Amino acid sequence: MLLQISEPGAKAPAKPRRLAVGIDLGTTHSLVATVREDRPVVLEDAQGRVLLPSVVHYHADHRVDVGYEAGVWQSDDPANTFVSVKRYMGRGRDDLPERTGTPYRFADTPGMVQFETQAGTVSPVQVSAEILKALRERAVRSLGDELTGAVITVPAYFDEAQRQATKDAAKLAGLEVFRLLNEPTAAAVAYGLDQEAEGVYAVYDLGGGTFDISILKLTRGIFEVLATNGDPALGGDDFDYAIYDWLLRETGIPSPTAGDARRLLGAARAAKERLSELPRTQFNAALSNGTVVDRTLSRETFDVLTEALVKRTLAPVRKALRDAGLSIKDIKGVVLVGGATRMPCIRKAVAEFFQQPPLTNLDPDKVVAIGAALQANALVGNRAGDDWLLLDVIPLSLGIETMGGLAEKIIPRNSTLPVARAQEFTTWKDGQTAMSIHVVQGERELVSECRSLARFELRGIPPMVAGAARVRVTFQVDADGLLNVSAAEQISGVESKIEVKPSYGLNDGDITRMIEDSYRHAQDDIVARRLREQKVEAARLIEATEAALAEDGGLLSADELAVITQGMGVLRETVEGSDWEAIKKAADALNEASTEFAGRRMDYSIKTALTGQKLEELRV
Amino acid sequence: MTPAATRNYFELFQLPAMFQLDLDQLDSHYREIQARVHPDKAAHLSDTEKRLFLQWATFANEAYRTLKLPLERARYLLRIHGVDTREEDNTAMPAEFLLEQIEWREELQEALALRSQPALDRLALRLRTEMDSLFGSLATLLDVEQRHPAAADLVRQLAFLEKLGRDLDQAQAVLED
Repeated sequence: MLLQISEPGAKAPAKPRRLAVGIDLGTTHSLVATVREDRPVVLEDAQGRVLLPSVVHYHADHRVDVGYEAGVWQSDDPANTFVSVKRYMGRGRDDLPERTGTPYRFADTPGMVQFETQAGTVSPVQVSAEILKALRERAVRSLGDELTGAVITVPAYFDEAQRQATKDAAKLAGLEVFRLLNEPTAAAVAYGLDQEAEGVYAVYDLGGGTFDISILKLTRGIFEVLATNGDPALGGDDFDYAIYDWLLRETGIPSPTAGDARRLLGAARAAKERLSELPRTQFNAALSNGTVVDRTLSRETFDVLTEALVKRTLAPVRKALRDAGLSIKDIKGVVLVGGATRMPCIRKAVAEFFQQPPLTNLDPDKVVAIGAALQANALVGNRAGDDWLLLDVIPLSLGIETMGGLAEKIIPRNSTLPVARAQEFTTWKDGQTAMSIHVVQGERELVSECRSLARFELRGIPPMVAGAARVRVTFQVDADGLLNVSAAEQISGVESKIEVKPSYGLNDGDITRMIEDSYRHAQDDIVARRLREQKVEAARLIEATEAALAEDGGLLSADELAVITQGMGVLRETVEGSDWEAIKKAADALNEASTEFAGRRMDYSIKTALTGQKLEELRV
Repeated sequence: MTPAATRNYFELFQLPAMFQLDLDQLDSHYREIQARVHPDKAAHLSDTEKRLFLQWATFANEAYRTLKLPLERARYLLRIHGVDTREEDNTAMPAEFLLEQIEWREELQEALALRSQPALDRLALRLRTEMDSLFGSLATLLDVEQRHPAAADLVRQLAFLEKLGRDLDQAQAVLED
């Protein structure tokens, strides 16, 4: 087989553009965007609408409606129609506030909540996957081809369990996730690139159900998050509830049915939105028993009703500033993100707090999806070298449970990602071969006041006398904010086996079962999907290896080069066939064969990173 | 080839192994390195490369954090010179320093009891001045005189003051909320 290596300086043949999208998976609305001819565009549905309501309806025959089609079922079939499902991601029953008018039937299961529907039990992960599938289909229809991958945004203050749940939903929807990107960071990318901003900015992001504040430093293509904070259960929804609660008090309606509650909440949201434009508005809703609710709501009254909610956003803002070691005068601009920031009471509070008018020149509904699309386009490799760098942080400290139910912090909040810390543990009984580690997330000292993430069972520790074993456990958090734990006994060098029991998540078995389940009700077939995925993966690997050889082939001896080219040959052959397992095996083999080469390239890249820079410094 | 096995933090950023460090240069070298090794640069590469980028980016972040924070930097320098600061088991301190600590703590409690923000601010400023002066001495001990055991003693004292600073921050946060 001949290897094509382009001449130095010669232009590489134009690569086919790979399709990548950015997805804003929101509490009330979701969007999908892409980059077309170097410009970000938000994709529309067949009716020309860009917002997809994050509503999912399950029919008895397992058909699923998403978006506007699902929305029409809200009042008539509330128990099978899910709105604001993002609030339930990675959450257990005990985490949820008791609220009147929640129409869902919760299944009696430990861990993450599950809903009973007429189409069976579903988890928030499956509901979110339906929204993602609808967006994926919209993108495929609009772009005319299958997607290579996606960047999906999450609130910056989402914990590990909520992030993992989002990633699981994407997996279920058949999306390759390049990256989970924090919503304020995505907005900063869109804003920073659009306005060529430099300096320290605050991004105030009040969405439908979550609030984030991020402080970022923007310098020549680098977006560095200095600190982030927020409230994962505060958003525009709560402002609707404020109107709803006021209405119940005003009208004396005892306890509305689930359907009426949805009607009133819908009318409350519409009234809230009108109040952003008008000083007063008429509130109108017809209940199922024929009663008509008719009230006038003024902006003054609304501001009084929601004053406490607005204040609740300012405490995290102060904390983020303190963590960043900055004061208000250091902030060059405040970017508003999220539809809820259209409310005049929010704009006023932000302006007063930061002592400057907030920046509102980008559409607060679209800015996150646009930032995600820009990042997806960079990650998929459509840009050549001139792209930017995002340095994000972990929002909440990670710790482990120690004696007496105390949480010992291992990775402090606002550490730049990726980050890893190692901790040594020992056995307390002779011959002990297993131990359990409980990982929690949060800032409090008591384990019971932090969120339980997972219990890790370490097995296969060589038997020794008590206290002699030295088990080194490494906690690695990747760029998505997801945790990975590995362990090895130091004296014997034996790697411990780790079994993870997520407290609120799904394990790999659950995900596989859900994927298989979803195929029982669909035309698509799971083997075809696996084959498609492996082919995409193999094509990516071949392309990456070719590019690496063209660039740095000189770092290899003739023998080493032969091993890699042979591996590529085998993969090229198997990828033509239809055996997904054989393709996977050949890809693994090529990965293995290139390990040493990859290490040498990395070393070379790091050495030249700083010499390159020194040359530039000399030139100045 | 794992990052940790190949070089120390100063070598990674090509900076002299000194306590007095050009922080602007540290920032810019860190960014140059991160622009090459961040996992986002490997999104379209092979799994092997993804793992490698993750390891290196993690290493670069740890190196940067260590060199950026003066107390961490001093500890790291001492470790390179084979001196362990033994902060867990060596708590021997000059009596004078300990008395001073008690006074600081009393003032902090007083300011908290009075809920006085100005008193906390004054305390924070004094602490800052005291720490700056000790860091100045530390620089001389490490970079000029190379008196490592004496530097380790000073690191232990500064660790006390840094803890006090964190408690002060915490107190200010309590008053703000």
